[in-house]
Amino acid sequence: MSALLQLDKATIRFGGLTAVSELDLQIGRNELVGLIGPNGAGKTTAFNLITGVYQPTSGAINFDGLSTVGRKPYQITKRGIARTFQNIRLFPSLTAFDNVRAVFHLHLKGDVRHALWRGQGFHDEEKSIAERVLDLLEIFQLGKFRDEPAKSLSYGDQRRLEIVRALAAKPKLLLLDEPAAGMNATEKVELTRLIQFIKDKFQISILLVEHDMKVVMGICERIVVLDYGIKIAEGKPDEVRMNPKVIAAYLGE
Amino acid sequence: MNFRHAKTVLLGALALGFLASLFADRINPYWLFIFYDIGISIVMAVSLNLINGYTGQFSLGHAGFMAVGAYTSAVITNQFGALNIFAANGIFAVALLAGGLAAALAGLLVGIPTLRLRGDYLAIVTLGFGEIIRVILQNMEKVGAARGLSVNHGWTNLFWAFGLAAVTVYVVASLVNSTYGRGFIAVHDDEVAAEAMGINTTKYKVTAFVIGAFFAGTAGGLYAHSKQFLTPGGFGFMQSITFVVMVILGGMGNTVGVILAAILLTLLPEGLRMLSDIQHLPGFTAERPLGWIGDTRMIIYSLLLIVLMLTRPQGLFSLKKSPAPK
Repeated sequence: MSALLQLDKATIRFGGLTAVSELDLQIGRNELVGLIGPNGAGKTTAFNLITGVYQPTSGAINFDGLSTVGRKPYQITKRGIARTFQNIRLFPSLTAFDNVRAVFHLHLKGDVRHALWRGQGFHDEEKSIAERVLDLLEIFQLGKFRDEPAKSLSYGDQRRLEIVRALAAKPKLLLLDEPAAGMNATEKVELTRLIQFIKDKFQISILLVEHDMKVVMGICERIVVLDYGIKIAEGKPDEVRMNPKVIAAYLGE
Repeated sequence: MNFRHAKTVLLGALALGFLASLFADRINPYWLFIFYDIGISIVMAVSLNLINGYTGQFSLGHAGFMAVGAYTSAVITNQFGALNIFAANGIFAVALLAGGLAAALAGLLVGIPTLRLRGDYLAIVTLGFGEIIRVILQNMEKVGAARGLSVNHGWTNLFWAFGLAAVTVYVVASLVNSTYGRGFIAVHDDEVAAEAMGINTTKYKVTAFVIGAFFAGTAGGLYAHSKQFLTPGGFGFMQSITFVVMVILGGMGNTVGVILAAILLTLLPEGLRMLSDIQHLPGFTAERPLGWIGDTRMIIYSLLLIVLMLTRPQGLFSLKKSPAPK
């Protein structure tokens, strides 16, 4: 079976700076892969390449058998890649419920005319969406915040809500950009459980960009290490941990 | 608010407007024209609220779209002589629709290239658009250029003024209160996140712009057939600002608040004028003791805006957001 996501020599340059250089990366179905590297290694840039925020200068990116090069971010999301952001980007004025509901427009059968005519079909569809949104919120213990504006939620709840919102797009691949940033030790343990739970429950692939070694080493099946935009190592957590190049990149020679 | 019966409410409002228009000859004409102005202001402010408030695209060219609709509809109805009531209303409906469509087309043409801009930049571009419309009209001999255009028929009545206001409110509220419509607010809140969540932000922005422009165009048609005289100067930058003020005062993205603000700001100058016209007041010896209000009316209006913005920056009528549907 072919990989779900496949990057072949994906490269992006900003002027004279090569932010990501000839990156090869495969993610299989229902696989949990970690992407790590020191500050400025190009992790988030790699993310932005995959999600279409940036276009690669050269190289190929294929998702689910189709090239994503030249596609806009919203088109790539429709195909099945959803993401969270390093610095949480919810819709702050919308309620927790509406943050998730807004994403359900991807699964709407009707269009604008539906919303304007407001016939029985519209009400039925809105009702079924409301149920599905509430189910999702409940799974992640966010049901009690349904009518709270997203900006009034606590930091940890906002992180969870952002993940729920991404899951509402029914992705085949979920990209998590430093979900443990700003969390304390207990919250990090909860987060690793949560990620494992998502992978098992929704049967999706996850690409995890993370600074925190403990989080990554604990749950990832495979780890890719970037440094200065170049892949310097790839393998099982234990192999990567012992790799002298990785140690040098993190701790210096 | 329960939007399940939105269509019933709309039909009720239309019927009420129709009934009111039957008794229009018993209303003081001065007030009648103020009522028309209120209807026009509601259409303008609520449609602008879809663009500026809900979708967060700061447009300063709303009066430009109004001008397109006003001139288009006037040119159409001026082709006709005296007509019976049915023919007149039929032609008027067509003219309003044509004015709206012309404005919507203008909205599409302006929107597609400019909506990639954000914030201040978009404001300046839309401001430029409004001025271009004004200057074009000022130099178009066929519509009277700077001398202005007489509109032969005063077909605007209470039914059309409030019917259109009701339709505008219905359309904007229905759009926004749907899963599809939450996309407008998502674009407003965070464009990058919206795009990452599969929302075609360009399409949403252009949609808001075109729908907003359409209703501004129909409001222009109402205006033309109420004032019966159009000058390009009547659709300048200051007019656009007036509608923006209504949206901000009502609370961006709050339809009820914006309606109230539109009513308030239309009545306020008239109310101040009336105060200044009072001939005698107990305790005052001079005639027209409040006459000074007439001279300083616009200063009072401006001061009021400053005070309101300082004390209620979230909008005068900002209410709690409606909860999720059960």
